[in-house]
Amino acid sequence: MSTVTAQPKSLIEQFEGGLDAPICLTWELTYACNLACVHCLSSSGRRDPRELTTEECKAVIRELEHLQVFYVNIGGGEPTVRRDFWELLDYSVAHGVGVKFSTNGSRITPEIAERLAATDYVDVQISIDGATAEVNDAVRGPGSFATAIGAMERLEAAGFRGFKVSVVTTRQNAGQLDDFKAIADRYGAQLRLTRLRPSGRGADVWDELHPTAAQQRQVYDWLMAHGEQVLTGDSFFHLSAYGESLPGLNLCGAGRIVCLIDPVGDVYACPFAIHDDFLAGNLREPGGFTRVWRESDLFRDLRRPQGAGACGSCQFFDSCRGGCMAAKFFTGLPLAGPDPECVLGHGERALAARDGAPAPKPSKDMSRREPTGRPLPVIQTAPVRQCDESPVAGLRPP
Amino acid sequence: MPSPGTDLRRPWRLDRQVALRPESFGALAYHYGTRRLSFIKSPVLVEVLRSLDAQPNAEEACRRAGVTNDELPRYEQALNVLAETGMIVPGHET
Repeated sequence: MSTVTAQPKSLIEQFEGGLDAPICLTWELTYACNLACVHCLSSSGRRDPRELTTEECKAVIRELEHLQVFYVNIGGGEPTVRRDFWELLDYSVAHGVGVKFSTNGSRITPEIAERLAATDYVDVQISIDGATAEVNDAVRGPGSFATAIGAMERLEAAGFRGFKVSVVTTRQNAGQLDDFKAIADRYGAQLRLTRLRPSGRGADVWDELHPTAAQQRQVYDWLMAHGEQVLTGDSFFHLSAYGESLPGLNLCGAGRIVCLIDPVGDVYACPFAIHDDFLAGNLREPGGFTRVWRESDLFRDLRRPQGAGACGSCQFFDSCRGGCMAAKFFTGLPLAGPDPECVLGHGERALAARDGAPAPKPSKDMSRREPTGRPLPVIQTAPVRQCDESPVAGLRPP
Repeated sequence: MPSPGTDLRRPWRLDRQVALRPESFGALAYHYGTRRLSFIKSPVLVEVLRSLDAQPNAEEACRRAGVTNDELPRYEQALNVLAETGMIVPGHET
């Protein structure tokens, strides 16, 4: 028996059973966005008129402080287009809730960069989805690469060290991983690579944008070679079936250790699952966020042991845990079964065997009405994440 | 075993930017400066961390929390990891 680590249940089992409060959560402050990325996980574009007010947001922040949620990942939409964004940022920091926010960089002026650099409690993620303007702008819109690089320059000039350069890995950029790393290094930043999900508008472009099987293998090898230098938000745990697990928890945290608060206060199991099937409740209801987190039927269900289904006989199930729930759901695959990008190819076979019924559509679509289909003209902020740093950093079993 | 980082005979304390959140397995520790999250997988270790600043040195904090001689090296090792990641720092609050 080790008194340092021996517990009746493993840490992973504890997390699968859920915690009293999330470890970190994603909060999309607005669906409004000045870009229109083709793969936007939240189908952002227009503001929802029912958005939480400034006072409602402050009440949420106080609740998170009470729950000891150490930080929130703020996204959108483009969160900085909210007029009260900087006010809410200051309010959150003053209440001990750290903020990491994702931005396309368009509002990071020299003054804002100075202000951000002055506090330890704020982290910034600048989104790019190509290491060149050509690759990036095809997804995020004309001029968006230059905008993002400009923001990086201003953050570096202001002395902000270690901000994040956030990249969604696609078929078009999977060959640029070294280049992305070089960009992050150039500005004293850290690279963060996440997985493309078929969520929001991502479902419309997933077939063309998601990495090939060969690319997945290259991504895995590259991530293994770079270890904890590169953040992944734990989003590639389905690749762990290649062999050794990637750094991180390698577990789906949806409704167990993470969740999403959307602009109107709806609470979803994860940022990639904006669909009524994964809607746990609304924090405007009595009991607020805490009650949704602790008592919603959906989250209780997600904290029960989940069936492995068709993956039950697979020797790698313990490493990949069947992959990403949202990826399965929005490609029309059963939740108890392989991930569409299963490294053994079971997902591809399952996709081919679908009966032709349409895959579920997101419950919300705030895309601007004018441009539909590809290529989209102007584009948006990055898909968001689970927990940011590798959460297993620190203590290790002796 | 002597470790390179933590000397248990010296005073240690949690870094000012570290917050502990109690959990059934022990606690979550978060450092607002490095943005590093650690899992403290032992309630006894949590007690040690909470009492570090009030005790003359780390060894005394361990003993007060009920750590035996045999167990001490493991706690030293755990404190060492926390020291390497900046979660605990030498000295007391003044």
